[in-house]
Amino acid sequence: MFKIIRAEFIAPGIKRFVIEALRIARKHKPGQFIILRLYEQGERIPLTIERADPQAGTINLVVQSAGKTTHLLNLLEAGDSILDVVGPLGRPSEIEKFGTVVVVGGGVGTAMAYPTTAALKRAGNRVISILGARSKALIILEREMGEVSDSLLITTDDGSYAEKGLVTDKLHQLMESGTRIDLVLAVGPVPMMKAVADVTRKEHIRTIVSLNPIMIDGTGMCGGCRVLVDNKSEFACVDGPEFDAHRINFDVLIQRNAMYREAERKSMAEFQQEPNRQLGIVRRELQQLGALNGVRR
Amino acid sequence: MTPPVKTGSLNPLPLKERMKVPRQHMPEQSPRLRATNFAEVNLGYSTEVARREAMRCLECAKPACTIDCPVGVKVKEFVQLVVAGDFLAAAAKIREDNVLPAITGRVCPQEDHCEGGCLMGKKVQSLGIGYLERFVADYEQQHLDINNILKARPTGKKVAIVGSGPSGLTAAGDLVRKGHQVHVFEALHEIGGVLVYGIPEFRLPKQIIREQVDYMRAMGVEFETHVVVGRTVTIDELIEEEHYDAIFIGTGAGRPQFMGIPGEHLNGVYSANEFLTRINLMHAYEFPRYDEPMLDLAGKSVAVIGGGNTALDAIRSALRLGAGKAYVLYRRSEAEMLARAEEVKHAKQEGIDFQVLTAPIEFLSDGNGWLTGARCQRMELGEPDTSGRRRPVPIAGSEFDLPLSVAVIAIGTSANPIVQSTTPGLQTNKRGYIDADQSTQRTARKGVFAGGDIVTGSATVILAMGAGRRAAKSIHEYLRTGAW
Repeated sequence: MFKIIRAEFIAPGIKRFVIEALRIARKHKPGQFIILRLYEQGERIPLTIERADPQAGTINLVVQSAGKTTHLLNLLEAGDSILDVVGPLGRPSEIEKFGTVVVVGGGVGTAMAYPTTAALKRAGNRVISILGARSKALIILEREMGEVSDSLLITTDDGSYAEKGLVTDKLHQLMESGTRIDLVLAVGPVPMMKAVADVTRKEHIRTIVSLNPIMIDGTGMCGGCRVLVDNKSEFACVDGPEFDAHRINFDVLIQRNAMYREAERKSMAEFQQEPNRQLGIVRRELQQLGALNGVRR
Repeated sequence: MTPPVKTGSLNPLPLKERMKVPRQHMPEQSPRLRATNFAEVNLGYSTEVARREAMRCLECAKPACTIDCPVGVKVKEFVQLVVAGDFLAAAAKIREDNVLPAITGRVCPQEDHCEGGCLMGKKVQSLGIGYLERFVADYEQQHLDINNILKARPTGKKVAIVGSGPSGLTAAGDLVRKGHQVHVFEALHEIGGVLVYGIPEFRLPKQIIREQVDYMRAMGVEFETHVVVGRTVTIDELIEEEHYDAIFIGTGAGRPQFMGIPGEHLNGVYSANEFLTRINLMHAYEFPRYDEPMLDLAGKSVAVIGGGNTALDAIRSALRLGAGKAYVLYRRSEAEMLARAEEVKHAKQEGIDFQVLTAPIEFLSDGNGWLTGARCQRMELGEPDTSGRRRPVPIAGSEFDLPLSVAVIAIGTSANPIVQSTTPGLQTNKRGYIDADQSTQRTARKGVFAGGDIVTGSATVILAMGAGRRAAKSIHEYLRTGAW
């Protein structure tokens, strides 16, 4: 069981958790993620590690309510526990001095991009970050990203903050202004990553994306997270999650991510009827296990 | 084969009479009923039936059953104790060599090992050794108080076991009995590795695995879940920072292989590992009470590609989830199938449609990314290949389309790279499996041993257990002498 030390909403529907996970905190490197299961009947889902504190033995997760599991998770508070957290998973980001790096963070993807951005900055790169979201309220980690970027550009779809438009508009502008770009890192919704890949492909700018397909074990055992890379199957959990964007078949990724849409809708509808009852089940189960664990572990 | 001896036998039946007793039938759920549930197919022997079966043993002087057993279970001796009605002593006798009797009694391919060499089998029908092992193990579970298990005197040595599958559990059991402190690391949230995620409830109930693991806890084995060795902690950190004196790597051949044919990325195409993990580990068949989803199979056509135990586990699970048609597509003939004989029999009884000498060459799509079928090709058998089995050769012009909603690929696995790629100095072969000595299970790294599928590639539970036993023996030797 993994104790939640702190939990706070940082944007509507987006919550940051500080979780006690000693082993993961010690080993986390930028670009890696965890898989969690909330309770005995829960599914296993991959989530972003926003940062780790090896001294305190904690990791931060940034979670956007999307389906039943994330909605349920975002009802949990400090003092609650999560049944299973495993990680850090995936290959760490490649960190070296590339020159000028553009980091594109879309929505909650910014949380995954943040530790890699910080590491790229520390490695001596000139970092230009572009954050985008639907509206002002959904721009996250603006201050943190600003601290590790040489310049920070922001776009919102509705124009409620900074510049109205898409992250790719900004990227275009940068490229057209003659800025030499050695590497682009894009983390966000799949259509955004696909659009970024399309923009940089023409100029042959090396572009890395961090993929988040449906996963179960996260150790390379099930192959559910396979993505088409140069038309061959690779596993996001062990071969990724970062891949060369120009080799990824994004349409297949979008198609595979929709595989359980019907079941997800059903789960969600059932959850929304009585969210507090579901929360009660999770809390009761974990309390019972907590009592047991004192004896067993 | 040596002639049977009778000296000192506890068996009241004269030798000649024993051959007249037919092999005792294993009661099972009727095929029609069990095809609709996930409860165990086999129901187990009663005390009387077990004793009657045990009396069939010819008590060979050099029993092939033990010689052919990868962990060397003293079959003749435990069977004699069954005849005598001392079932707990029989269980203790098995446990001298096998820490997972309730599991091997259910999933071992006995025809390839103990029962394959049985003299009775050459004359009439082999002794039901697997059934007897299962009976004895279940009897022990119901009657033995595990709190009274005696623990060995501590040696002060610490051993880390990486992976809680059959090889790891076996090594752990043997080592804890020698008094070593044994700590098992597991990546998933349940103990058992492939026993938990791979083998379905109807063949090996989770409760059985939990009981066998509880027995090991009572023996003193420690378990830690959520540790992906190589990621959460490395082998070097286990040695240097956590001060383990020896390491056993039993991580299995987890990585599923795909066929490399068009359409494998379509929605509806699964690896057997994913399909079975969703069902077994994640209880997707209990959706929405459990949250992990699964495509709805009710009334759908489902095919598995492959002819091993995993393939049959997958397709029989699909049937239990309501599949209207359930096919096995296998490119060789039934004689070459690697699945356990009993599973093939059970699958046929349940109505699985075996399309042998058939292989898909393409998965077909509805144009929106969903599977609609497989383009298949009929095969004929040619000359034997490197595996000694006759090679399937496509028959020109035999292509046909099989409509399908779900296809499950069960053509084997390859090496999971996580431990190898994070452990300097650990040597691997060209297929990525860990190099380990066949008799001592030693790797190229001092104090590090490996065994099971991560060394041999996909094999069986009992072969992995055999490797676990050999490793435990040489780990104990290494800890005692320090010699490498």
